[in-house]
Amino acid sequence: MSGIVKSFVGVRANDNVCFNLRRGEVHTLLGENGAGKSTLMNILAGLYLPESGTIEIDGRKCSFSSPKDAIHHGVGMVHQHFMLVPVQTVWENVALGMDHFSVVLPKRKIISDIMSLSLRYGLEVDPEARVWQLSIGEQQRVAILKMLYREARILILDEPTAVLTPQETGSLFKTVRQMTDDGRGIVFISHKLDEVLEISSRITILRRGSNVGTISAENASKERLAEMMIGRQLMRTPDKTLQNPGDALMEARSLCVRGDRGRLMVNSFSLVMREKEILGIAGVSGNGQQELCESLAGLRTPESGSVIVGGTDYAGRDARAFLDAGVRYIPADRKGVGLASGMNIRENIALRKFWSREFCKWRYFLNWEHIAGYSGRLVERFNVVTPGLGYPVSMLSGGNLQKLMLARELADHPRAIIAVQPTWGLDIGATQFVREALIEQRDRGAGVLLVSDDLDEILAVSDRIAVIYQGRLMGLIEKPDRVTGEQLGLMMAGTSLPEYDPEYSIKPEDERHGGATGS
Amino acid sequence: MDILTPILAAAVRSGTPILYATLGEILTEKAGIMNLGLEGLMLMGALSGFWATMTTGSLWAGVALAFAVGVMLSAIHAFLCITLKANQVVCGLAIAMFGAGASSMLGRSMVGETVKGFSPLALPFLSRLPVLGPVLFDQDILVYASFVLVGFLTWYIYRTRWGLNLRAVGEAPRVVDAMGLSAVKLRYFYTLLGGGLAAVGGAYMSLAYNKMWGELMTAGRGWIAVALVIFSIWNPLRATLGAYLFGGVGALQLRMQAAGSRIPAPLLLMLPYLLTIAVLFVISAKKGKGMLQGAPAGLGQPYSREER
Amino acid sequence: MAVRPVLRKRYQTGRLTDTGLSFASIVLALAASALLFFLLGVPPFRALWLIFSGALGSWYGVGEVVVKTIPLALCGIAVALAFRMQVWNIGAEGQIYVGALAAAAVVRYCAVDSFPAMFLMMTAGAAFAGGLWGGAAGYLKARWNVNEIITTLMMNYIAIHLMDYFIYGPWRDPASLGFPMTAPFPPAARLPMFFDSRVHLGIILAFIALIIFRIVLRWTRWGFEIRVIGENPRAARYAGIPIMRNIILVLFLSGAIAGIAGMCEVAGLQGRLQHGFSPGYGYTAIIVAWLGRLNPWGIALVAFFMGTLLVGGETLQVLMRLPLASTQVMQGLILFSVLAMEFFRNYKVILVRDGGR
Repeated sequence: MSGIVKSFVGVRANDNVCFNLRRGEVHTLLGENGAGKSTLMNILAGLYLPESGTIEIDGRKCSFSSPKDAIHHGVGMVHQHFMLVPVQTVWENVALGMDHFSVVLPKRKIISDIMSLSLRYGLEVDPEARVWQLSIGEQQRVAILKMLYREARILILDEPTAVLTPQETGSLFKTVRQMTDDGRGIVFISHKLDEVLEISSRITILRRGSNVGTISAENASKERLAEMMIGRQLMRTPDKTLQNPGDALMEARSLCVRGDRGRLMVNSFSLVMREKEILGIAGVSGNGQQELCESLAGLRTPESGSVIVGGTDYAGRDARAFLDAGVRYIPADRKGVGLASGMNIRENIALRKFWSREFCKWRYFLNWEHIAGYSGRLVERFNVVTPGLGYPVSMLSGGNLQKLMLARELADHPRAIIAVQPTWGLDIGATQFVREALIEQRDRGAGVLLVSDDLDEILAVSDRIAVIYQGRLMGLIEKPDRVTGEQLGLMMAGTSLPEYDPEYSIKPEDERHGGATGS
Repeated sequence: MDILTPILAAAVRSGTPILYATLGEILTEKAGIMNLGLEGLMLMGALSGFWATMTTGSLWAGVALAFAVGVMLSAIHAFLCITLKANQVVCGLAIAMFGAGASSMLGRSMVGETVKGFSPLALPFLSRLPVLGPVLFDQDILVYASFVLVGFLTWYIYRTRWGLNLRAVGEAPRVVDAMGLSAVKLRYFYTLLGGGLAAVGGAYMSLAYNKMWGELMTAGRGWIAVALVIFSIWNPLRATLGAYLFGGVGALQLRMQAAGSRIPAPLLLMLPYLLTIAVLFVISAKKGKGMLQGAPAGLGQPYSREER
Repeated sequence: MAVRPVLRKRYQTGRLTDTGLSFASIVLALAASALLFFLLGVPPFRALWLIFSGALGSWYGVGEVVVKTIPLALCGIAVALAFRMQVWNIGAEGQIYVGALAAAAVVRYCAVDSFPAMFLMMTAGAAFAGGLWGGAAGYLKARWNVNEIITTLMMNYIAIHLMDYFIYGPWRDPASLGFPMTAPFPPAARLPMFFDSRVHLGIILAFIALIIFRIVLRWTRWGFEIRVIGENPRAARYAGIPIMRNIILVLFLSGAIAGIAGMCEVAGLQGRLQHGFSPGYGYTAIIVAWLGRLNPWGIALVAFFMGTLLVGGETLQVLMRLPLASTQVMQGLILFSVLAMEFFRNYKVILVRDGGR
């Protein structure tokens, strides 16, 4: 692939990227979130059309107008969310859409073909089982088999080990080696440095849409990779005044939370949020941050462990209890959980407190006049640009939407604030505003938990940083101005560093418990 | 035993129009589209079939026209629901309303007229079998055609590659599109086909069962077919049993009345609907989490191709 | 470079666009009806003119239109309440029937001579019966996620057959010569009529219902909760709004209002319980609610419009010998155009050059 350019909504996801793949090699694409790996591969797999650039396969120029086209040319992709029909059997899924056999499905032949592919590549799976009955690892095998059945010469695996257990990962790697031995080329997208070093022949690092460099696995080391991934001197903005953190405000104790797919996304996680402190959570998205925050806001019930707010365990209680306790959640999915897009601004602001005495009159009626006044003041204070309070929030721009959310959540002096990706998609002005707002809350005495993909932001804003990897607390950094990008990258990708091991960091309970409370 | 045979035979006749409609709707719903307007489709089919036969004298012309009219009427549904992504429930109701009204309006001059219609065709050896003979093999040709249809559809849906595509497009249209087939085209095809079959079921009423035209002559059979699709858990064989069962309830009730039975007719007539709710409950409660067991996962959801 | 049409979701439609689209649907439907009339050999414009003049041309006509507007408005509110929460109550027809059934039961078993007492009992009975009918579907949905569209639809037919049982059987009026109907209700059970027309007390009930509907949705906490659930259930959850409880409650209330509509029809208009007393009001109510954009003024307007069509259809039947079914056809056409217009409400079609975004 050469000179590939692709933009979304004005942002260059791929900026003149060149990438090549040799026969029989495993070439890994490495990079942070948003670096452009998935986009590039989606282009190769025929899902997106590049704005410019060319693709050559076996020396011939190709252009793919659909995934089917790509498959014809021998390119198959195994996505993070498998394209399988859950209710149908494995062999039906594999055979779907193939038109080079007769009208009547030659079930036995298909099954035997699958079995022989299965055997050859170590992808054991029962062809007659229904996909929803299979474990995620087995489902992945079906997805791979689908591509192999169609004689794909180039296979793209998008974060395949994100959903696998260590044993399944080993099994996958055996499969990958067998496939390359047979002359196929594999593109491996991952952020887990250990695995990348184990399986790759070459590694290409993407950063912010550009190709930063390609090195062979022999010359690579975890440190080198982490540095290339993060790559720069991390910016720190020293314009926050130092504060002394106060008492413990909210605490997660040995929290275990299951995700929507049934996997344990948060694993024995323990962390303390303190007053007057911004605690940043660094980590590649999909490592449990979302589930962690949801359980801290009352939107998800943890499987085990406790969520202590002001001394009482709130785990499993509903969202309103958390709200009444002074916990506010600023979700990443603004239109999903935070706001009702069809309703107007006043109504959305009311959403946070409409049952309180302040907003009601005669107990069951809403006092819209008061709400309107309140909204007006809020909108002014937070500088939200709106066509008017009666207009639906869907009309607001991204930045103003976020300001509105902030306004609503921060207006009544919450004790704890959980902010997930608060500056995602915002322009510089709005980003600045959000960060300042969070700092202001901290100065006022609240405790802030900040989850962000943007390491610069975490470092700029946080007083302490916790690194999460696969649902576990990987490291706790008490003094963020000392940590390097490389160290962060390593922890985010699964390597624990002794100096930041949470076991040995100082926490308020240590005096009482006389030891670590981590992991 | 001799009381049973004529009842069973009548059940088959009474259930055949329901069966056609149900089979059609099974195809449509397996593709992911809900068409609740079966009653309207059946009535329009009954009317157009009747009219064609009266005008041309040919019964098969009637069946053919009925099918064509069914296709055209369900094309409206398909366009609104697939391309314009309208609410499929409301649209189906509109089709039912429109079809019923249009058939009454257009057929006003033909009320009470009769045609010679399809007569029973006793199959040579089979019709002499005890019980099964007169019940299954001494019926008219459309009934035999429905037997063939059930067999064909069962084979088609579960054993051919097109059937696989059909099942997939109702479950996960995204996947089907990713494999290079057009989910939209498939859905259109099966909606139109399903509508045509339902109309043929209606034609059976006017050309074989009653051999005449009267306003609203399908008497709710279209709605029973809607219920039956769920009751049969989208399976053609089960649909057959269900159609004869529910058709039989009507036939049974008439005979019981005639025989002076004490069970009130309306209570019997309620049965199909109660049973459907019961079945719905069982299959919903079992799987919980919103996935109707056996129902195509994408049923009723409008699908749009993601942008490139 | 090729240009192709692409769909973009609209964020919101202005009040003007909204009303404009509703208007356009009616115009489109009338045009289609005119075409249908033309194809039938009926002079289209004369037919359309007759519909409106027959219905609204005399005080008697207007009265009749109002009579039909009452159940349409009541059921329209009932259905709209549920629709606001994205719960699809297709069972208004059945709820009307059980409401009427309950009213007849009260007349049969608890008749007293005082109108206020009868009125109270019938209303309570009808509301309770209708509410139970709707609430049952609501419970099935809340607890076991059973699709309410099918359950309410099926319960329509169960209700109709249930009523048939009574009026063909134990409740049949011996003096009715075999027709399926009960004996006429005693005067204490009849709703008073106004002036010389057949417009009965139900109109006041409808009016009250409209006002309460507006007040509840706009001013109360609970109405707000309903709107939020319909708008975005996840946001509702985060705001601590209980969803399951509300599903049952809303379907109960929806059924109750429809039940009251049924009571009004039999106690106010017809004076007895008879087979097929509702010409599909429950289904027409769905159009009324939809076309009325789920708000009280729209519902009132559209209910009146539908009433006009129904009465006008009767005129057509008499004067041009068109079957009453022609109104059903027109209703179907209106619904089609509303559904089609709905598309333009949600999506904009713009032309994009090929070759990516």
